[in-house]
This record gives sequence, structure tokens and C-alpha cells, in this order.
Amino acid sequence: MILGEEDYITEEGEFVVNMGPQHPSTHGVLRLKVWLDGETIKKVEPHLGYIHRSIEKMSESLSYRQYGYLTSRMDYLSAHINNLACALVVEKALQVEVPARAQAIRIIIGELTRIGSHLLWFASAGLDLGGVTPFFYAFREREAINSIMDENCGARLTQNFMVPGGIVYDVRPDFQSRVKEVLKQFKDNFHEYNEILTGNVIFQNRLKDVGILTKEDAIAFGCTGPTARASGLSCDIRKMYPYDGYEKLQFDEVISTGCDSWARYEVRMAEMLQSVRIIEQLIDNIPEGDIVAKTKNVIKLPKGEFYQRVETARGELGVYIVSDGGASPYRCKYRSPNFANLSAIPHIARGYKIGDLIAIMATIDLIIPDIDR
Amino acid sequence: MGLKDKLEFPGQIHETPDGGFVLTKLDDIINWARSNSVWPLAFGTSCCAIEMMHTVNAKYDWSRFGFEVMRATPRQADLIIVSGTIVMKMAPVLKRLYDQMPEPKYVIAMGACTISGGPFFYNTYSVVKGIDHIIPVDVYVPGCPPRPEALLHSMITLQEKIKNDAYYRKQVDKK
Repeated sequence: MILGEEDYITEEGEFVVNMGPQHPSTHGVLRLKVWLDGETIKKVEPHLGYIHRSIEKMSESLSYRQYGYLTSRMDYLSAHINNLACALVVEKALQVEVPARAQAIRIIIGELTRIGSHLLWFASAGLDLGGVTPFFYAFREREAINSIMDENCGARLTQNFMVPGGIVYDVRPDFQSRVKEVLKQFKDNFHEYNEILTGNVIFQNRLKDVGILTKEDAIAFGCTGPTARASGLSCDIRKMYPYDGYEKLQFDEVISTGCDSWARYEVRMAEMLQSVRIIEQLIDNIPEGDIVAKTKNVIKLPKGEFYQRVETARGELGVYIVSDGGASPYRCKYRSPNFANLSAIPHIARGYKIGDLIAIMATIDLIIPDIDR
Repeated sequence: MGLKDKLEFPGQIHETPDGGFVLTKLDDIINWARSNSVWPLAFGTSCCAIEMMHTVNAKYDWSRFGFEVMRATPRQADLIIVSGTIVMKMAPVLKRLYDQMPEPKYVIAMGACTISGGPFFYNTYSVVKGIDHIIPVDVYVPGCPPRPEALLHSMITLQEKIKNDAYYRKQVDKK
């Protein structure tokens, strides 16, 4: 928390402090202006733009093969799923059939990304609320997932594995055995997470009945992903509008009606196990065949508007493209999950103590570059 | 210079019957202590911050080199690892954080964005094209994002720089 000229006391005696832009628990450079009466939060005002990199504007000058790679830097924890959304919208416009092998590999890598993202959330949620050890537990498995990305995609974090019509490279011959190894390690160690954090009474008391987001509010603010599912709202895009082969898979949409921070915690923990279930269905049944459908070297979309949504680790990501028939988008707009989820924070944080704001931020799990883009 | 030489005590130990004494230069021993306990500021703007978190964890473990004490306030930090893009709105904040750090202070520019703007060099209106427009940089680490090994190497390079510094002598010269 940097105290500066903009911190002041209002006429009603409310103390105004700025949380951020440099603050360890905002996970980036979000700035929250907080009006406090003693320790009680009266009002929260998020200030954006500290990491606005004009990705949408840049997309207008890039080709349809290139523009998706910038989205790896948006929600960098679900980089692969963001790339998928960009590839899917082009495939939808060109009506390209993606080979079954590419679809299976995309889903496996995507679900591994989701597990990795939730693991990082688990680590940082523990860290924000004062527990350092969960950080080391979660990163042990995240590191294993990252090494699979490294071996097959060539990058640990920003995979850039996607191309309209399929994937860039085929996976290595030991892909299946490596993924199974990591899944086994994850499943064997999952009980440790529950022992160290889920069963911890102090941690539970910090989260239970804190940050109530009702179902109506979740709909009104446009919340999606685990944040909304913890309020009892069914909104999994993989179930509602299946894409890229998700319709063939068996998995449960995790919904909780707790509405508080604890429910959001539980939903994410359960989602990791569902992702494991998805990968296990696919890993032994990766079809043989091509990895990429044939497309023209210079992709030109027909004139019109195209929209595609996917479920990232944080909610619904929508890619909206206006094409004038050229080789790059006329206008590109991302509907990012974090922006909508952030808009709920001022509403749900009101009336709680300032320490609870950290718990709310930790369980809503914001990625700031995805908000600003 | 191998890793062992770097960690070795910079001086000669003379043993005498009544105990012994150490012969060294003040700069050497101060730099030896300083370079092995650099406290970084917990500052991350985007993707590179995740790789920085990976460097903290058990597999890479930067505490082997004396970096583990991450500080949340610039007033207690010696080093700022700028991990992630700096945009026009963030630039004054970064400058202010740097100004708030006590001397001697060091800067590592982590990732392509902080070196030159990286992927956001062309056709963008909001990204600062390299943080050396704002603050002086000691070590640059290329990559998008750099691997944890690269970050570790940059920190060892910074340690070498600190070891060759003549901080105490400069203070004496000023007087």
C-alpha cells in the first residue's frame, strides 16, 4: 500500500487509502481506492489502466495467424485456452473442420493449463492469507505441468501452440506417458492440499461468510467461471455451448450454492479433479492422423461479424471479430472474464473489514492484464 | 569465476596461538555480505511475475543465492526486478518506487517488454519502449518470458557486479 497525495480523510471522517498499484496481494497492478470507516469498508473504487497494452488495437494490424499470440499475454495463466478462442473464431468463419487428433491434444493441453492455473490460484490464495507452505506444495505440481508444456510446445508459460485449423507441432512420442505420470503425481498429492489448507480452521474462518455474491448479483454483474458457479449459477461454456470436441466428454459442472469465498474455494478445488477426469478419458484415445487442417497461407475471413466463446480457468472469454474481408481484423474485441468479475468486487466488499478484502480478492482470482488488455 | 569462489570468504585467515586474525579489505568483505543477501521488491506487472514466482519455489530456489527475502515495500528492498510490461500510466509509479528505495539499489529488467517493449513494440500507443527510459538498469534478461534459469543467471551476474563495486572507497573519497 503506497500512501500518497491521494490518500485523505473525507468530511465524514472516512479514511481514503489506495491499495495498489504496487501491492503484493492484488496480483499485479490493480489499484483499489478504499473508503474506510475505522476498519470497515464503505466503498471500493477500482482504477484500471496500469497494464493497458492496447492488444485489441494491435490485433487490427496483425494477420489471422498472428493475432492470437498476443492473447497469451492477456490471461497468461490460461494462455493456451485464450489462443484456442482466437483459433476457433477463425475456424468458425472459414468453416474449417479440425482433425480429431488436433482437437484431442488441444483439450488435453487446455485442461492441463486449467489445472496449472488453479494450482497457482491455490498457492497465491494461501500466500495472501498468511500461509507460505501451500505455495511450495502447489508449485511442485505446477512445475511438472510446465515441463510437459516445455517439452511439447517449447515454452513454459506462453505456449503459442495453436494455429487456425489445428496445432503447430505434433506432440512428442512420450507425451502420453508423461501426462499420465504428472496426473498420478497430482492425484497422489492432492490430499496434501486438503490437509494443509482446506482443513485449516484459521483459513476456513477467514473465508466462510465473507464476500457474499448472490446469484442475482452474479447475473447482474456478468460474472462467469468459478466465481459465478460458486453462487449457484450454471454457466460452464464447455457444457452450455460445447466447442472443439467437449460435447463427447463426460464431466460434471461443479456448482455450489454457498455464495461466499469458501464456496469459491471449494468450486476451484473440485474443478481440478474434473479436469483430471477429462484428461484421463482422452489420454489413451488420442486418434491418429493429421494435426492441422489445410488453410490458405494468407487467411482472409469473409465480410461479417464473428463471435466465439470459450471457458478459461476464470470464466467466459469471448472473441468478437469484425471482418471487412481483408487479411487482418477490422475490429477485434475481447470479452474478458476478469473484467466482469472485478466489477462485482465493489459491491460484495462493502461492509466487510479491510482484511476481508484480501480474502475476496484471493478467491475471485483476478489476472490484471486480462482486465486492461 | 566458479560458484564456489563467489561464496568463499574474501580474505585470509591467519591462525596464531592466541586465536588468530583475518586479513581482508573493507570493500571486499562489505561487498561479500551485500551480494549474498540482496532483498528484492515483490513487484510484478504481468506474465514474467509468474516465472519469477517459479524461481522462488523449490525447484529453482533462489534462496540458495541469498535472494529469498521478498519485501512488499520499496523502503526495505535493495533490488527491483521489473517483471512485466510497463505502460505509460505505470511509468510514474515505477519511478516513484525506485526513488523510494534506499541506496545502493539495483534494477533487473526481466523480459522483452522491459528491454524494448518486446511484442508490444509496434503499433501500440501505451507501452513504454524499454524501462531504461525511466530508471537505470543493471542487468537485462531477454525472453518472453525468460526461463527461471535465465533469471537466476541474471541474479548471479548482478552479484558479480556488486562484488566488483567499490562502494566503501567511494564513500571515503567523497569525504
